[in-house]
Amino acid sequence: MKLTKTMKSIGLAMVLPLASSLAIAESIVVQSTTSTKNSGLYDYILPKVKADTGLTVNVVAVGTGQAIKNAQRCDGDVLLVHAKASEEKFVNEGYGVKRSDLMYNDFVIVGPAADPAGVGGSNDVSKSLTTIASKQALFASRGDDSGTHKAELRLWKAAGTDPKAASGAWYRETGSGMGATLNAAVGMGAYAMTDRATWTKFGNKGDFKIQVEGDKRLFNQYGVILVNKDKCPSVKSEAGQKFIDWLLSDKGQNTIASYKVSGNQLFFPNAN
Amino acid sequence: MFKSEPMSNTSALSATNAPYIEVNNLNLTIGGNQLLHDISVTSFTPGVTMVMGPNGAGKSLFLRCLHGLLIPTSGSIRLLNKPHEATTASQSMVFQKAVLLRRNVIKNLEFAAPNGTPPTEITELLAKVHLNGKELQPARLLSGGEQQRLALARSLLTKPRLLLLDEPTASLDPASVLIIERLISEATEQGVKCIFISHDLGQAKRLGADIIFLHQGRLAEHTDAETFFTSPQSREAKAYLNGEIVL
Amino acid sequence: MLGDAFTEAFTLIVSVNPELLEILWLSIQVSLTALFFSIALGLPIGTSLAITEFPGKKACVTILNSLMGLPPVVVGLLVYLLLSRSGPLGVLGLLYTPTAMVIAQVVLITPIIAALAYQVMDDLHREYRDLFQSLGIPLTKAVPTYLWDARYSLVTSVLAGFGRAISEVGAVIIVGGNIDHLTRVMTTAIALETSKGELAIALALGIILLTLALIVNAAVTTVRAFGLRNAYV
Repeated sequence: MKLTKTMKSIGLAMVLPLASSLAIAESIVVQSTTSTKNSGLYDYILPKVKADTGLTVNVVAVGTGQAIKNAQRCDGDVLLVHAKASEEKFVNEGYGVKRSDLMYNDFVIVGPAADPAGVGGSNDVSKSLTTIASKQALFASRGDDSGTHKAELRLWKAAGTDPKAASGAWYRETGSGMGATLNAAVGMGAYAMTDRATWTKFGNKGDFKIQVEGDKRLFNQYGVILVNKDKCPSVKSEAGQKFIDWLLSDKGQNTIASYKVSGNQLFFPNAN
Repeated sequence: MFKSEPMSNTSALSATNAPYIEVNNLNLTIGGNQLLHDISVTSFTPGVTMVMGPNGAGKSLFLRCLHGLLIPTSGSIRLLNKPHEATTASQSMVFQKAVLLRRNVIKNLEFAAPNGTPPTEITELLAKVHLNGKELQPARLLSGGEQQRLALARSLLTKPRLLLLDEPTASLDPASVLIIERLISEATEQGVKCIFISHDLGQAKRLGADIIFLHQGRLAEHTDAETFFTSPQSREAKAYLNGEIVL
Repeated sequence: MLGDAFTEAFTLIVSVNPELLEILWLSIQVSLTALFFSIALGLPIGTSLAITEFPGKKACVTILNSLMGLPPVVVGLLVYLLLSRSGPLGVLGLLYTPTAMVIAQVVLITPIIAALAYQVMDDLHREYRDLFQSLGIPLTKAVPTYLWDARYSLVTSVLAGFGRAISEVGAVIIVGGNIDHLTRVMTTAIALETSKGELAIALALGIILLTLALIVNAAVTTVRAFGLRNAYV
């Protein structure tokens, strides 16, 4: 109780100067995923959002699972993640107002140039995963309940393999973000599944390259949701909706499409 | 067995019937160990009362009880013919190892000086302990002798009526010992009562008016200095004076 | 890689990269503010613990010493739960602000400053206690004396707190969110660059952070050396 009181007084003492500086520009918090942040997408579009709407968008980039939990605790105005089932559950439980498809890209499986499992060039993800499992080639998983992790688990299930049984052996769960997991994979020569955007922008590729791509099951859909004011009265609905409207507008969609890294488009807008 | 008798009035220094020190049945137990046993001693002698005895006799503990740094388990203490509590403000103590603040010489003195002490008094005192010219030196960089002289000067600055000294000159250079002894004599001439712990027989002979001899936490003997050095009564004091190791 | 990192660090510094300056400045601001509050809290706690006797004092010291090792992630999580909109202090709207990072760092380093201050003050109190009692020094004079005489040692404790604050990432990334131009500090920027696989940039930022720590340490060492030379420590 005493701690709470002390912290409150500190908080009040500190909040005054900060509040005044924040009041100048309207700002929202977007709970989002590391893949969109690490790819540089936000650095590209947020200045344009600011120019068009005056909004300052503060992005907190964590795994999709954590982003959803943070939003459930009302610590964000907008949710922008990539795990459709979880997103729909979030809306159905009343935390979100409405889910809209925003954009997509795809997942790829990267691995060392030596390709110990011999899956290079494949466009059948199930077969590739089965091969990796049967050869017990190292595989680095996010293991963090993120959108990518959930997608990966779905693919293992579709391939009829339970990698959890080999956890700690050839199946390595890092429990970290995409970047940290890629660093780990490169460090130990393990295959890993990543979204294409993060991989394209990733700076520590070593001798790694994309080994498996082009399977339609590797489709990666991003959705955007306004957090529901009914559940979270602190949500800045109007500003949040303004941001979402911008993203879903022709201008926003075109901007997303125009973001390229070394000539490659990273995200494909598909708002209805 | 060794209960002390009031000093005979034949003592040259004895000028009053009011006792300077009056300790009755003093016991001190710390952590289950009884360290001082039933000490009763009364001294009518002005000047310096020496407290002597082998290591572990309880001299420092006895002095700390007198100074109020330790609370006796039982017994009563009267000093300067006043209740113990009434004397604490007029007491000052010099510790065996000088405790000096982390600042320069003059600031160490100013720290203890009563409000309104004129700066000249501090300057004079510094000259008396031969530290003039070292006013701005960091106190803890002084030699052992200089540190103890500074500590004594600090004690004197508080104008004590009773000065307690716990082996202040142990392992000091002779010049410092001389300066300190002179100052103590001077203080006693001005009517300050001193209680002085020492192992130095020569020092005890030079300064002591009466001697309290402790052994294993008990009072072994309390007599005037002359008697103590010429014909000690207790076996322990005899052995001690003969330079034997007293257990 | 190391060579690249040093080149990168050098380039960032000489080009006076404005983004780097912003991040560095926020790091310093947040940690100094946290340090200020931690001293204001930790010093009285450590000092009063050292100079008073009460039952359960030993237990308090043990707890305080254990709190020195608080894992930053745990602190981050606790502060997050407190400041979250659905938490008890959510109404203040402090999550994902520099203030939240300050609070997390205060929780993290107050025990460090309090525990180290306790050790310093306890040693000094053991040394001065008898003298002060003998001189009849009242508490109102004793406490400032302890603080002043411990100044050279306390500087080191304070530095330990600052070093911990400015170098930790686990707590500030949770409560600050590593938001660009708002809550991104040196350590969270390093974490971000690492996750982007930009290891040379990450390391370059690390080198700059290390340089800052080095400068602060050198300053304190100089001050302390002065204290030691005068036997004021």
